[in-house]
Amino acid sequence: MSLLEVENIVVDLPTPRGMLRAVDGVNLTLDAGRTLGVVGESGSGKTMLSRAILQLLPRRAKLSGAIRFDGQDMTRIAPETLRKLRAKSVAVVFQDPMTSLNPVLTIGSQLTETMREHLGVPQSEAILRGVALLAEVGIPSPEQRMGNYPHQLSGGMRQRVAIAIALSCAPKLLIADEPTTALDVTVQAQILDLLAREQRSRHMAMMLITHDLGVVAGRTDEVAVMYAGRVVERAPTRELFHHMRMPYTAALMAALPKLDAPPHTRLPAIGGRPPDPINPPPGCSFAPRCFYADAACDKAKPPLSAPDRMAHQFACIRPLPVKVAA
Amino acid sequence: MTALLDIKDLVVEFPVGGRIVQAVTRVSLAVQRGETLGLVGESGCGKSTLGRAVLQLYQPKSGQVVFDGQDLTTLSPPLMRKMRQRLQMIFQDPIASLNPRRRVGDIVAEPLIIAGVTDADERLRRVRAVLTEVGLDPDITMARLPHEFSGGQCQRISIARALILEPELIVCDEPVSALDVSIRAQIVNLLEDMKDRYGLTLLFIAHDLAVVKAVSDRVAVMYLGRICEIAPTEALFRTPAHPYTRLLLDAIPMPDPDIRPVEGVAVGEPPSPIAPPSGCRFRTRCPRAADRCAAEMPELMALPGGQMVACHFPLI
Repeated sequence: MSLLEVENIVVDLPTPRGMLRAVDGVNLTLDAGRTLGVVGESGSGKTMLSRAILQLLPRRAKLSGAIRFDGQDMTRIAPETLRKLRAKSVAVVFQDPMTSLNPVLTIGSQLTETMREHLGVPQSEAILRGVALLAEVGIPSPEQRMGNYPHQLSGGMRQRVAIAIALSCAPKLLIADEPTTALDVTVQAQILDLLAREQRSRHMAMMLITHDLGVVAGRTDEVAVMYAGRVVERAPTRELFHHMRMPYTAALMAALPKLDAPPHTRLPAIGGRPPDPINPPPGCSFAPRCFYADAACDKAKPPLSAPDRMAHQFACIRPLPVKVAA
Repeated sequence: MTALLDIKDLVVEFPVGGRIVQAVTRVSLAVQRGETLGLVGESGCGKSTLGRAVLQLYQPKSGQVVFDGQDLTTLSPPLMRKMRQRLQMIFQDPIASLNPRRRVGDIVAEPLIIAGVTDADERLRRVRAVLTEVGLDPDITMARLPHEFSGGQCQRISIARALILEPELIVCDEPVSALDVSIRAQIVNLLEDMKDRYGLTLLFIAHDLAVVKAVSDRVAVMYLGRICEIAPTEALFRTPAHPYTRLLLDAIPMPDPDIRPVEGVAVGEPPSPIAPPSGCRFRTRCPRAADRCAAEMPELMALPGGQMVACHFPLI
């Protein structure tokens, strides 16, 4: 049994134009101590997937499928049990730390509150642990910082505080949803280092959600690529980068400007745009933009399967050929 | 060769809570006609302020912005308005930079009206032509409102608006930062095509070094209001001379699983521009900093290979 098992999750959001399918039949598993990168562009459903796992979907959203954490189906447990589970076992770090930090409470009270509430730790001990956590996530003079308000810190420092709070109840799974997108590149490197270090030393499972293939390449065990609400390719990280099978993944990689290419090298852009999620095409969602698509691709959505190698799944009937080692 | 744009000793200041913040400190930069100069740096380094000061959207405290031989800082408002036809700007947020209540056809035509093109048929002809240039179908787009378009399409509309007066210089302020990877490549290619088609000179401001490398002939690196390094693009990426340039390059997450990220390349965060460090502004984060760096602000100096660096202990 895996720590997290996501089974055929579908998320529908009502909109004035009709029902929007944000997540369309996603299956995922994540073992304890492993890191899964979820890569996708805006509207790919990666954030809605994480919200579904956390049971933090908008109230009007319709969810079907099963989400088992440590064997418990999170979609079926009582709200009070869910609250405890969410606090102690699954933690989350969002893109903008200001959305999770309370602007009118000190760092210290926000950090100690979760520990007192969920671990039953007395205040004096919670303060000691809080100071230690702030030091651990790289905040200078942590005793002083306990008395600061979020607005007194820089964006990078706030994200460190958000990570400290997420770690305070020793979660088994940390979901980091675009944790560095709002940060500058030198600060991003520090925060990614910090997350990797904590993940290893605590033997946590981590789901790292990002739009940036560069962020997942060096820091995950496995990668799932999402497009139009579906996982379209999933493989161990090295395998995925070396043998991309799904044309979308390869096109996304090719569209990135390369640091080793000379200036004014033309970028192989992906033409067109993702499909309208309210009126998706009947076939493969990427087919209208795909260089390799033919008439068969427009007939039905190809399932995510692993025809050649067990661990390498892709949802494509015209996959890129397997590269043969020279 | 004379530069189309020659920024000389430019200083831009803002009052912040009773104090003065110097966003741009004695910056000198020249952009040759037909060149793309990339300007990179992290948030708050002053790169956007510098871009806006070029167009006189901010009044500089001192220094000159010489465009085609004329100092823009001394022009009267009517003359500057006339000059603006030759200098345009593209902003980061393509949706926010378009008036949500106006139709795309009117948004793109507006610069023509300001420039005094009174013939409506002429305006229509030019709007249709420029929309076609940027890859939009005028029949479908002209009567619609900006919210009916995606971010990438809105950026195409912004580019059409910037191009319609056939300017000589365009300041692009993070033009692709808000776009998804697959759309970003389309817009980068479009800017490159338009540069050739209209013979443009570009000041390309961005924080993404890979994007800057893809479009720039030369690159300037900014930190806390000062230029650290200016160099031909390939040289800057191959042999960075300033420790800050090196740090920026090392911090880029590479989309290659065989390159293990080096932990601990970056330390600290940029200090507040309200109280910048004495001497070299990067010294508080610099592994090579010595006493001299605190005492003496390094000036830009030319290295033998054509790179310019403001550092007492350059890497090359």
